[in-house]
Amino acid sequence: MSVAMSDQQNEPGIVLTAEQKRRRRARSIAIAVSLGVLVLLVYFVTIVKLGPGVLNRPL
Amino acid sequence: MSFTTDSAGLASSLRSEAAHAEPSMAGVGDYLALLKPRVMSLVVFTALVGMVVAPVHAHPVLGFFALLCIAIGAGASGALNMWYEAEIDAKMKRTAGRPIPSGRVQPGEALAFGLTLAVGSVAFLGLMVNWLAAGFLAFTIFFYAVVYTMWLKPSTPQNIVIGGAAGAFPPMIGWAAMTGGFGLESFLLFLVIFVWTPPHFWALSLYSVEEYRRAGIPMMPVVAGAAETRRQILLYSVLLAPVGALPWLFGYAGLIYGLTAIAGGVLMIAFAVKLYQAPAEQTAKQLFAFSILYLFVLFSVLLIEQSIGAAGWGLPFGRVFA
Repeated sequence: MSVAMSDQQNEPGIVLTAEQKRRRRARSIAIAVSLGVLVLLVYFVTIVKLGPGVLNRPL
Repeated sequence: MSFTTDSAGLASSLRSEAAHAEPSMAGVGDYLALLKPRVMSLVVFTALVGMVVAPVHAHPVLGFFALLCIAIGAGASGALNMWYEAEIDAKMKRTAGRPIPSGRVQPGEALAFGLTLAVGSVAFLGLMVNWLAAGFLAFTIFFYAVVYTMWLKPSTPQNIVIGGAAGAFPPMIGWAAMTGGFGLESFLLFLVIFVWTPPHFWALSLYSVEEYRRAGIPMMPVVAGAAETRRQILLYSVLLAPVGALPWLFGYAGLIYGLTAIAGGVLMIAFAVKLYQAPAEQTAKQLFAFSILYLFVLFSVLLIEQSIGAAGWGLPFGRVFA
């Protein structure tokens, strides 16, 4: 078992090419931007739905 | 001992899977392509018209959000369609370059992408706008991805006649998002797209018949032949001309729309007659291109009439039906 473990540690695993890294980065940025836009949209839609009542609440 | 053997076996299995799993080469553009942007643009446009002609209007931010949800729901349908039809797409020249058959996106990735967007778009439309519109959007996604793609398309030449309903629902969803209900006017817009779909798609399938045959899809020209398809195109075009004018006849649209619908309907019939009498690939392509222009112009006129306040110039007796 220890031999198997050391074999596993020595394996390089999946090594991404420069192009694969570039595409992964582009996908990550797209997901981040989409999530950011979603948060902003939900915020503004919530404000619009609440209307003036957003400031009118008992403290 | 058995634990050691099992874990070694599992590790070996995982290593083997890792060796076979290719790192994704999908770019952002591939995921956008999964959304079928051209179909999506038509959905956005027709849903927008449904929202604009509705008698009540929501705040522009809410309207934009509703339209975005409808667009993403349509994109989800496209992704689920591409996931299910990847093998068929690979056999057809027109679709072989799509993200899944070309190997850039794995089928499982497309399925997860489509399901996530479908659930997300329906949930947000329901939470932020209203649940009737959300339920209708969910039904439309189901209708396109399951009823049309999985059931009708591979089993009957009437696939696009019935399945065309999925493409015709967006104005009704837009209307429901604004009003919280259904109306005869939005149903008439549905009817225009529903009757427009068969001649539009059959014109395309006439010059892609060999590809559909190779892929084993029973499109009308494959099953009934080109002559029968041309006859059906003519019949549906003759039906489309009066249906296109219905919003005006019912008093929901103005005179500009009425005249445009009549002129467009006559031209549509003229192209269909030409195709019926002198079958040629070029004529089928002309009819296909004109059908897109016809729908775009009709819905644009509805938008313009609403903007300039000319929608009230409809036939005076029309509103008695409302």
